[in-house]
Amino acid sequence: MEVKKIEIGVRHLTRVEGHGNIIVRAHDGQIDEVTWAVTESPRFFEVMLRGRPWYDAHVLASRICGICSVSHQIASIKATEAAFGLKPSEQTVLLRKLLYAGEVIESHILHIYLLALPDFLGVPSAFALMESHKDAVLCGLRLKKLGNDIMETIGGRAVHPQAAIVNGFGRLPGKEQLLSIKTRLQEALPDMAATVDLFQSLVLPDFTRETEYISLKHPDEYTFTDGDIASTDTGITSVDNYLDVTNEYCVPQSTAKYTKNARESFMVGALARINNNYEQLNPQAKEAADRLGLKPLCTNPFLNTPAQVAETTHEIEESIAIIDRLLETGIQAEDRTVKVKAGRGIGAVEAPRGLLIHDYTYDENGNIVQANCVVPTNENHANIQLDLESLVRDNLEKGPDELQLLCEMLVRAYDPCISCSTH
Amino acid sequence: MKIKIAVFDFTGCEGCELQILNCEEEMPDLLAAFDIVNFREAITDKGNYYDVAFIDGACSRESEIARLHEIRERAKRVIPIGACASLGGVNCLRNSYSTVDALTAVYGESANYYDSIPARPISAVIPIDFFIPGCPIQKEDFIRALQAILISKLPEQYNNPVCAECKMAGNTCVFEKGMTCLGPVTRGGCHATCVTGGATCWGCRGFIDDPNVNAEKEILEKAGLSVAEIMNRFSLFNTFQESIWK
Repeated sequence: MEVKKIEIGVRHLTRVEGHGNIIVRAHDGQIDEVTWAVTESPRFFEVMLRGRPWYDAHVLASRICGICSVSHQIASIKATEAAFGLKPSEQTVLLRKLLYAGEVIESHILHIYLLALPDFLGVPSAFALMESHKDAVLCGLRLKKLGNDIMETIGGRAVHPQAAIVNGFGRLPGKEQLLSIKTRLQEALPDMAATVDLFQSLVLPDFTRETEYISLKHPDEYTFTDGDIASTDTGITSVDNYLDVTNEYCVPQSTAKYTKNARESFMVGALARINNNYEQLNPQAKEAADRLGLKPLCTNPFLNTPAQVAETTHEIEESIAIIDRLLETGIQAEDRTVKVKAGRGIGAVEAPRGLLIHDYTYDENGNIVQANCVVPTNENHANIQLDLESLVRDNLEKGPDELQLLCEMLVRAYDPCISCSTH
Repeated sequence: MKIKIAVFDFTGCEGCELQILNCEEEMPDLLAAFDIVNFREAITDKGNYYDVAFIDGACSRESEIARLHEIRERAKRVIPIGACASLGGVNCLRNSYSTVDALTAVYGESANYYDSIPARPISAVIPIDFFIPGCPIQKEDFIRALQAILISKLPEQYNNPVCAECKMAGNTCVFEKGMTCLGPVTRGGCHATCVTGGATCWGCRGFIDDPNVNAEKEILEKAGLSVAEIMNRFSLFNTFQESIWK
């Protein structure tokens, strides 16, 4: 009798940020191994932050990730402000949200169009899509540039922006710049509608695995920058007690730590946020979510990419509202004085890929003595592993090529930021 | 035949690769002029024949040394991109700890699962042909390098301090605002983007040739920085270059 063997070994999975391997071995319908291995070099940011002065902490923290540098900056700044007992002004909070929206738009669109879409259209990259689906790629590039231009306008540049600092902004945008961004945002809504149409026409792999979904939650808004930690299993936990939820641990096959809360794993990111905060989506985003089948509770991880489509729509609508509010109040120079004191501060945000925490302890001179960071993709690794095991079990009858593509698509659906996860 | 380019990543945030993908408007022309045969972050194909290798990230593992030698053998030109690849960058901040101490501080009892070596720039491992500085690189520097490569040349390395462009941008000097800055000794070409953006120069593009480090230390001291604070300023991006400033 013929022995049916499956040997999948993907070294350095492509179209994701960072380095990870997928290994699947099976014979005669028996699974021998399913491993999601994170092979990124250890990066030591928690060690490197020690001894750094408060005014440089967010500059260094930003370098954890090139794709979500704003998230790391804002989480870092919030940790420092919490340690020093500072409360930023309404203007600062609004500008941070706008800067943040720029990052969410850019990061989500990068994944939606350049990293995930090629699999659904059967080509190896977005560059190849330029020939087969030029209009779609150009639509994606326009939206991506909008996200970058928002970050340049508010933050100074698109990757590692410079203007956001502790207790304010080093440079403030002018009224004309805000108006010009607002016009671009309004013009982007038809592009988002086309994106929703496109994703409505795609067939996602039929796979579900129920898990715990964790994100921030805020009473007044679909939150990215504030709130408590919400879990579909364990309810609300204050950010100050984040360690009770994240429970990091090490496994030999991953230089990024794993996490778990109520079960063996949990999921963070766009799908977890939609599952927890669906009711708070802006009107057009909610319509997009409904059309894309995103009614909680969604347990198909492949829906994470459509969830990003809905969230991008949300952030475009939100940015228009933020600019209106900023124009109404007028941008003013503010007192940015910082009084240093010893203590611990925790900053939590929803990075594009999920819950991000920076936790610093400062000495009386404003230098960091202890730092801990919990990063979305490091929270997702255990869930990716368990999803992969289940996906392989469900699809063992498929040919090795088809199974490999499914496994790759599953990991890509998480939009993993692997080098960031091995901070 | 189109020139084949490859982009490889080592230890870093991959923000410089993102800067390549951020060439949204130039992308159609870029793809018409070059074959991108290896760019793990963006494409599935993994071509082993390439003329130019752009390298993002520093080297911080034994296995990366072997990978770099392989790339050097295959590529006609090797061009590190960004502060991590060209200077070692922030990664080298961890070199003040022993590898065991650094691993134990992050991973505790599980430290022995993992391997690491002190971080270093690409030029400390293999010969390089040019480098594109910055954290992150500027899109225009990348495009300029590609334009030069199209006519079989390499661009000239910019060698004026950040201050020159900062003056041209009409910025008030950071020192006059009561802050401190590494602009006087740092390689410009960035249009003083950080000072223009409301911040200060952290030295991410490395030192100009023959920097007057003693004069810089004097003005930092005059601005009220302690010796420890001055060391902090220099070390953020330039720990690996400490023979220049220490």
